[in-house]
Amino acid sequence: MSWRYPTRNNPGEAMQRLWSLVFLVVPIACSAIYLLAALGVPPLQKFWLPPNYNAGGDSIDRLFVLTHLVAAVVLVLTMGALFWFSWQGSARAQATSTTAHHTMLEIVWTIVPACVLIALAVYQFPSWNENKLLRPQILDKGRAIAQPPLVKVVAKRFGWEFYHAGPDGLLETRDDVFVENLLVLPVGEDVVLQLESRDVLHSFFVPGLRVKQDVVPGLPQFLWFRVEKPVELEMVCAELCGWGHYTMQGRVRFVPRAEYEAGILVQRALPRSGHLAHINPPVTHVALRERRRWPQPTRGVSGNE
Amino acid sequence: MSDATARGLGGAAHDRPSVWWSRYLFSRDHKTIGLQFLMSSLIWMVIGGALALAIRWQLAWPWTEMPVFGRWMFAADGGQITPQFYNTLFTMHATIMIFFVVIPLLVGAFGNYLIPLMIGARDMAFPTMNMLSYWLMWPGFACMVVALAAGDQGPEAGWTAYPPLSVVYGNAQDWWLVGLVFVGVSSMLGSLNYITTIMQLRAPGMTWFRLPMTVWGLLITAVLQAFALPVLTAALLMQLLDRWAGTSFFVPAGLVIEGQDIATGAGQPLLWQHLFWFYSHPAVYIMILPAMGIVSDLLSCGCRRPLFGYRVMVLSMIAIAGMGFIVWGHHMFVSGMSYLLTVSFMASTMLIALPSGVKTFNWLATLWSARIRWTSWMLFTVGFISMFVIGGLSGIVMAAPPADILIHDTYFIVAHFHYVLFGSSILAAFAAIHFWFPKMFGRLMNETLGKIHFVLTYLFLNGTFFPMHFLGARGFPRRYADPYVVESFRDLLPLNQFITWCALGMGAAQLIFAVNFLGSLLWGRRPERNPWGANTLDWETDNPPPHGNFASCPTVYRWPYQYEISPDGPDHLPQANPELVQSRAQQ
Repeated sequence: MSWRYPTRNNPGEAMQRLWSLVFLVVPIACSAIYLLAALGVPPLQKFWLPPNYNAGGDSIDRLFVLTHLVAAVVLVLTMGALFWFSWQGSARAQATSTTAHHTMLEIVWTIVPACVLIALAVYQFPSWNENKLLRPQILDKGRAIAQPPLVKVVAKRFGWEFYHAGPDGLLETRDDVFVENLLVLPVGEDVVLQLESRDVLHSFFVPGLRVKQDVVPGLPQFLWFRVEKPVELEMVCAELCGWGHYTMQGRVRFVPRAEYEAGILVQRALPRSGHLAHINPPVTHVALRERRRWPQPTRGVSGNE
Repeated sequence: MSDATARGLGGAAHDRPSVWWSRYLFSRDHKTIGLQFLMSSLIWMVIGGALALAIRWQLAWPWTEMPVFGRWMFAADGGQITPQFYNTLFTMHATIMIFFVVIPLLVGAFGNYLIPLMIGARDMAFPTMNMLSYWLMWPGFACMVVALAAGDQGPEAGWTAYPPLSVVYGNAQDWWLVGLVFVGVSSMLGSLNYITTIMQLRAPGMTWFRLPMTVWGLLITAVLQAFALPVLTAALLMQLLDRWAGTSFFVPAGLVIEGQDIATGAGQPLLWQHLFWFYSHPAVYIMILPAMGIVSDLLSCGCRRPLFGYRVMVLSMIAIAGMGFIVWGHHMFVSGMSYLLTVSFMASTMLIALPSGVKTFNWLATLWSARIRWTSWMLFTVGFISMFVIGGLSGIVMAAPPADILIHDTYFIVAHFHYVLFGSSILAAFAAIHFWFPKMFGRLMNETLGKIHFVLTYLFLNGTFFPMHFLGARGFPRRYADPYVVESFRDLLPLNQFITWCALGMGAAQLIFAVNFLGSLLWGRRPERNPWGANTLDWETDNPPPHGNFASCPTVYRWPYQYEISPDGPDHLPQANPELVQSRAQQ
């Protein structure tokens, strides 16, 4: 008996319907896990955004949640329709309609999504302004000017150099303070960073601050944020920079202003190439000059015991 | 109707090849060339898949001995993948999957095989150029094998090859660049051939709005390739010059790396990103438009009802192609380009979601009121639609630049493009292989194996790629050989191990496809002339079609979606059937 394409006279068996369940169960299960993660139901809460410490990051989180909500509604509607139409279609002996065009429908399902998309596009403007376009301003002799950077960040294969403005408040002067791989910043104020690269592309990424900015050699970038309470976060490189890309990490520590200034003073008393001894424990980065050396796994974490 | 279509059966007449090598190897017959593209892309899929599994191995069990290959590839390192080779792995995985698998499979294989058959032509307009377009792939293959074999010295800048990294490091980057130049020239020749063939060689009566969606998809893809590829090829040559000839197109002034002054002028790394994405964003549509076309045809056939909104679907594809050229900046939201310019790219990106959405709604409307028969190709077809919805929706999340600040270059992006490229393009390719296997080889594929293959692939594909959204929301970066060096990512190790198990399962499921493909080639049942009851012209000839395709010139009387005319009428009316039937769906 040769296999034949079922004809109209061979109405679908009930079993055929089960196939349509595949297209319901899988996407719905995926979205349900996502939803539980977003709602913070343990143990799934770690599959969602990490805590945010940057005031400007709140609007990013709201946008992220909102677009996911819109996406979830569209997903449930389309997958529901996909499932229901295939569930019914699987058991039909005859197509119930041969309509191949409906102008009104086409207009509706173009205009409605267009409105949603335009609303989303408009909604995200303030967040983009806040995070990337409108640098914080300060008053200089009664005139508002863009706030000068507090720290110059120099990215290199595979580490970070931080040059703090010394007491004169200006970068690239003789009293700059140099620290490696640990960025100490004051809390409760807008902080502006100037980003430069020594070699290839890098990207300054701190998930806990919702900031990311590619560092382009020859094209200084600026980045700003504001953190209200002392916290220590991890920063990583998010633009491929070579074999040691993954080792290129540092920490960002936010301390009260007084502690920050004390640290700068202590650091200035040290030889120029030194580290902030009292707040900067030696950073455990690998011997980066040797190409064939990389960190060995820590037992029980990334190793296979 | 143009002169060419009035002339009757088009296509350059060339004699039936008589020697084995002109028949199977250096053939000018579009069907042989299509099968050559099919076979080589399936072989490359195995290689690209193996690289993906190696990446997954490293992410789940970092720095442990890689099974099978580890011992002989990294004997000096106790079978561990080295960080250098990890970079080569993901660079080559992406390059192979994009340039040697998805594009040659959808555009090369099905484009070559189906265009002349579906428009009623004897062959392509330029058969010799067509042969050249396949054989130019081979120097590209050779270059990539050399690049991959370089191991630790392989290309390490990712498939995006951002300078200055790509200009300064990775000895085998040269091979990668030269290989892609060959592939690009091959695709350009192919696209010119496709455009000419579809414009000039349509059978009498095959008007523009009677073309099957597959042909529309391939035509628009070819136009995209013709306009976008020269830009990539030029950029590749510029990068080669930067590496070889000491130019500084992409190297900024005064760049000193490891004590060496690299720059000879004042270039700009961002220039490469603009040129690269000016090609590579349209390339995304090059990889999805043929799939959309194929799925539209298969969906109508599997639903036994006319395709809903044919003209709107064609216009959507044209809109996607046109807008596809003005959205490339959304790959560069945090790259350091002007942040005012970002706003225009955001707007165009939001807009390009519309035609994709309209297509999805039209597919759903086609399913509505349908009479569905779940063949394995129909499962893959509907699977495509559901995966395309997920991939499209995650695309909207990253289209908003502020949200992209968080998820740019994280696994959220990896999840998104695998849903579109694997979940959509590759599932459509599987659907097409199952559907046209009887046409290509004169045998049917096994339905049971096909269905098992579908279910396993569908489950494991979601198990592999969906959790990557979670990783991305946490800020888990791409291209990290050992992300667990970062303390806050250590708790994501179990999730990565789960993903790797699913990826291994997905790899194993493809063995079922291999068995089905090869087994059916040898022992598959012989099909009837038109086993799926399809309407397009390709089913008007033998399985497989003879040299020259059609015994006599087919005449086209209607569009290809004439299914279910009336309860008592025929189930379907092929395009070449002269019978006059009144129908509500008559176009």
